[in-house]
This record gives sequence, C-alpha cells and structure tokens, in this order.
Amino acid sequence: MRRREIIDYSDRRWVPWWMRTKQKQLNRSKAGNGLLFLLMFVCGIFMALPLVMIINNTLKPLDELFQYPPKIFVKNPTLENFTDLFVLMNDTWVPFSRYIINTIIITVGGMVGHVIIASLASYPLAKHKFPGRNILFSMVVLSMMFTWQVTQIPQYLIISWLNINNTYLALILPSWAFGMGLYLMKQFMEQLPDSLMESAKIDGAGEFRVFWTIVMPNVKPAWLTLAIFQFQQMWGNTGGTFLRDEELKPLQYALQQIVQGGAARAGAGAAVTFIIAAVPITFFLICQSNIMETMTTSGMKE
Amino acid sequence: MATKKAKTTEGAISFADKLRTLRYEMKKNKVSYAMVAPYFILFFLFTVLPVLMSIILSFTSFNVLEMPEFVGWKNYIKLFLEDDIFIVSLKNTIIFAAITGPISYMLCLLFAWIINEYKGKVRAFLTLIFYAPSICGNAYVVWNLILTGDRYGYLNGLLLKYEFINEAILWLKTEKFILPVLIIVQLWLSLGTGFLAFIAGLQTIDKSLYEAAAIDGVKNRWQELWFVTLPAMKPQLMFGAVMQITQSFAVADVSIYLAGNPSVNYAGATVVTHLIDYGSTRFEMGYASAIATILFLLMVGTNKLVQRVLRRVGE
Repeated sequence: MRRREIIDYSDRRWVPWWMRTKQKQLNRSKAGNGLLFLLMFVCGIFMALPLVMIINNTLKPLDELFQYPPKIFVKNPTLENFTDLFVLMNDTWVPFSRYIINTIIITVGGMVGHVIIASLASYPLAKHKFPGRNILFSMVVLSMMFTWQVTQIPQYLIISWLNINNTYLALILPSWAFGMGLYLMKQFMEQLPDSLMESAKIDGAGEFRVFWTIVMPNVKPAWLTLAIFQFQQMWGNTGGTFLRDEELKPLQYALQQIVQGGAARAGAGAAVTFIIAAVPITFFLICQSNIMETMTTSGMKE
Repeated sequence: MATKKAKTTEGAISFADKLRTLRYEMKKNKVSYAMVAPYFILFFLFTVLPVLMSIILSFTSFNVLEMPEFVGWKNYIKLFLEDDIFIVSLKNTIIFAAITGPISYMLCLLFAWIINEYKGKVRAFLTLIFYAPSICGNAYVVWNLILTGDRYGYLNGLLLKYEFINEAILWLKTEKFILPVLIIVQLWLSLGTGFLAFIAGLQTIDKSLYEAAAIDGVKNRWQELWFVTLPAMKPQLMFGAVMQITQSFAVADVSIYLAGNPSVNYAGATVVTHLIDYGSTRFEMGYASAIATILFLLMVGTNKLVQRVLRRVGE
C-alpha cells in the first residue's frame, strides 16, 4: 500500500482556498475529482432552475412577464415590481407591519419551541434505558406515515376543544409535536459516545445540565438542520382555518392575497414569489455556514 | 399435572415481580420521563389522537356535517372490490414509490457525499443549489415551461429542432408519458429532508476514522465510502429511509399540479390524489380515512423491510 502524506494546508493563510480543499483529503484521485465535478456541474444547472427563474422573473418588466413563449432570462431588468408591491402593501386594511410581526411570532415560536422540546425528549430516548421508550419512539416514527390530509379535521376538533382556536397557539402548539424533529434528533444523539455524558455526570452535573452543556453542543449540525426544516414549515403557513381574525394572519397569507388580485398584479406577484423564497434561503445559508464552523473547531467524537 | 401447575404459579410470581421492578425502574428514571413529557403530551394531543380518530372514522360514513355513522368494514370492502380507480392509483403509487424511492435515496446520499468534499463557501453554495427545488415553495412550476404541450415548450422545441419528433407531444395529456414525467419531476424534487440530514450526518463523522482507514489499507474514495462513511452514519441512513418512504408513497401535489386531478384516464392518479378527491371534493371523510389507513399499512410494511436491509450496511 502506498502511504500518502497528510498535508494540512488549511492553517496557512497564503494558500488559496482551492488548494486547501484539495490537499486536505485522503484517498482522492484527480480523475475522480474531475468526474464528480462534472456530474455536479451538469446536475447543478438543472437543480438551480427554480432559483434562476424566480430571480429573473422579479426583474422582468410586465411585458416580458406576459411574453409568449416565455423566456427564462430577463432582457431589460428593472426593480419596478418591488415598487409596485410596496405600493400595494401600504394599501392593506390591516397595517402591513402587523402581518410581519405575526409571522415572526409564529415562525420563531414554532421553530425554537420545537427544537428545544423535541431535543429534550430525544435525549432520554436515545441514551436512557427506561420502560416504554421503545413504544414511544416507534409511535413517533409510525405517526409520520399517516397521511396528514385526513388527520386535519380531527386536529381541528381538538384545537377547538382546547379553546385555542383563533390564537397563535393553534399554529404553534401542534408544530411543536411534529414527529420528524424528534426522530432526527434522536438519531444524531444515538451516535454520541456514552463516555461523554458519563464524565460530566461524575463531575456532578444533573441530566438537564448534561443535556444543555454536553449533548446539545455536540449535535449542533442536527438541530441547525432541524431549525431549517421547521423554519420552512412555519414560514409557509398561511394560518388556514385556524386563524380567522385579519390581525392574526401571517405574512404568507397577506402576500397571497396580493397576488390573487389578477393579471394586473403579475409584477407584484413575481416580487412576492421572490420574497417568499428569499427569507428561508437566507435563513438556510446562515444555518448551513454555522454547521460547518462547529465541526471544524470541535473533534468531540470518539 | 403437578409440573404444569408449578409453572403457572411461577409465572404469576414473576409477573408480580415484573410489575414491581417496572415500578422501581419507572421511579428510578423519573428525570427521563420529565424530559420526555412536554413533547409527548403535545404529541398525544395533536398527532396520536387525530390518527386514532381517523382510523375509527375509517369504519364510518362521515360527511363532516352530520354525525359519523358506523358501517363496519364497508369502506374497505368497497375500496378493494368496487373502486377500480383506487386499484389503478394503488398500482401507480407502488410503481412510483418503487422507482423514485430507491433512486432518490441514492441521489440524496451521492450528492450529500460529493458536496461534503468541498469546504467553506463553495459547499454552502452547492448545498443551496441542490436544495433549491425543496426550498423554493412549489418549484415544480418550472416544469410547466419545459413540458408545455405545444411547440413552444422547451422540451418539444428542442426535440423538434433536432428532428427527433415530427410534431409536438402533449407530455402531460398523453397517458403513457404522464407517469414517467411525474417520476422525473419527483426525482428532481427529491433532494429534501433526507439530503440535508445526510449533509449534517457527514459533518459529524470523526476525521480520524479516515486517517485510520487510510493506514489500514483503504485505497480510494469508494472503499472509504463503503467501509467508513456509511457505517458511521447508519442512524442518518435510517432516518433518510423513513423520510423517503413517507415522501414517495404520499406524492400528490406534483401530480395534481402537472397532470390535473383527475388526470387523463387516471394515469397520474396516486393513492393520495384519490384520497384528496374523496376527502376535499366529495367530503366522504370515512372513505378517505380508509384510504389513509391502507396507505399507512403499506408504508409501515415497506419500512420494516427497508430497515432490515439497512442494518446490513457495511457488514
């Protein structure tokens, strides 16, 4: 076997970034790198289509939006779609900032609460041996396989029965109990070596302390990923049947109302599509870049 | 006779013992229950209870307005014996899941693994590009441009220009093309939950494992993938599989948007489009719940099978 030297250029500032990525990896052939790059490039073009289209559409003036056959790329880019949208925003019955505040409450509340509660429950499921844990866990996995369209009416009945209809809680509380988050967190926590927790317990830390100071920092990629999913889910929520009052409706609803104003609003509609996609994308990028940062600085695993 | 009796009393004692140890165990693990409680109280209220109610509703005739009326197995019997469209949609769903499920699972893994080779900004950018169809809301709208049935549709235009075909094809209105087209669009959409979980999972693998493997004689990236990477991320692989199953069996939105509901000769009908047809259009919630229950059983069965296969990875 041919030994390869491990050269880590990553700490030396003068090495350009493309050198760093190549030299750091073991067992990599140039041909393989080239082949995979080509594959990524070709597929990447297809995958980027929706992004390209959304960005181009927002910049298109009205006549280009209605052009037939439609073209993907914009010819005379303009920002007038956004000015149109802002005019319409000032025109709403409820002040527009109200919708934004509603969305922030629902999205942040749903996301933070879910990440904390689901992580808190998945730690004992992954690491403690207590009676009933297998049943609880398999119920969560099974619940994801039931079509949500039919559970909506029973869920509506329960929310009315709890008397939280037409409040933020009607959206936030059910979202805290989504099955996927618990499953994801449990799978990541399972991988943590037991010794990690043991040593903290010997030092006298209680379970909650171990959870917060040892477990959570070590599964940061997991909860950042969960935050992305949950943000997307909550951001896309229009309030549906649960929020009746106009003052409680989220941004998503208000934006959709604007788009439904017909063909004259196609320009504003394109801007709306852009905003609806841009916010979760920004959040996504922040989370993704943090996932990487943690793992390069810590090597906590066995 | 005597031995039999002795056995039963023994059993009774051990049962009482079991109860006692169970109570002891539960007391000892108080903290665990306290940690689990907030989530599971909400989970029972908002997930378990609605699912149980739906399963009960599947044995009734329920039109949302009047009280449900118990009808026994009638809904299930009707599903399999009288409802031809259900059989078609079940067949479509199984074909659909059997093709998109494994392929998109592999694609998620493959792309997550390749992206993991890159560092820093390039990596974040690539992740975004490949996750884009999942984050842009209903991104499949793009496919309307490509698949438009006249000669201005991009695909038709391309094929006509190079004379593969003589006249434009109605991709979404021709029976034999609908399912393949939906499969391709779904594959394009498939880098979602599982993909991001894999990306995060790859990040948590200890780098020293790779160094050790290189010394142990792993020669190229493919061996490294099979012997080091995959076994180290088994929990994520299982998670990805479950997500894949729930997604590929429950496909509906794409089909309804592109092919319509009902689609031409039900070529794009899936179990969930059928369910939506009964649940939201005809308000036969009892029947819709029966469809959901059947789909649930189908997914649970598939999951059992898949998890058994996954346990063998890297062995």
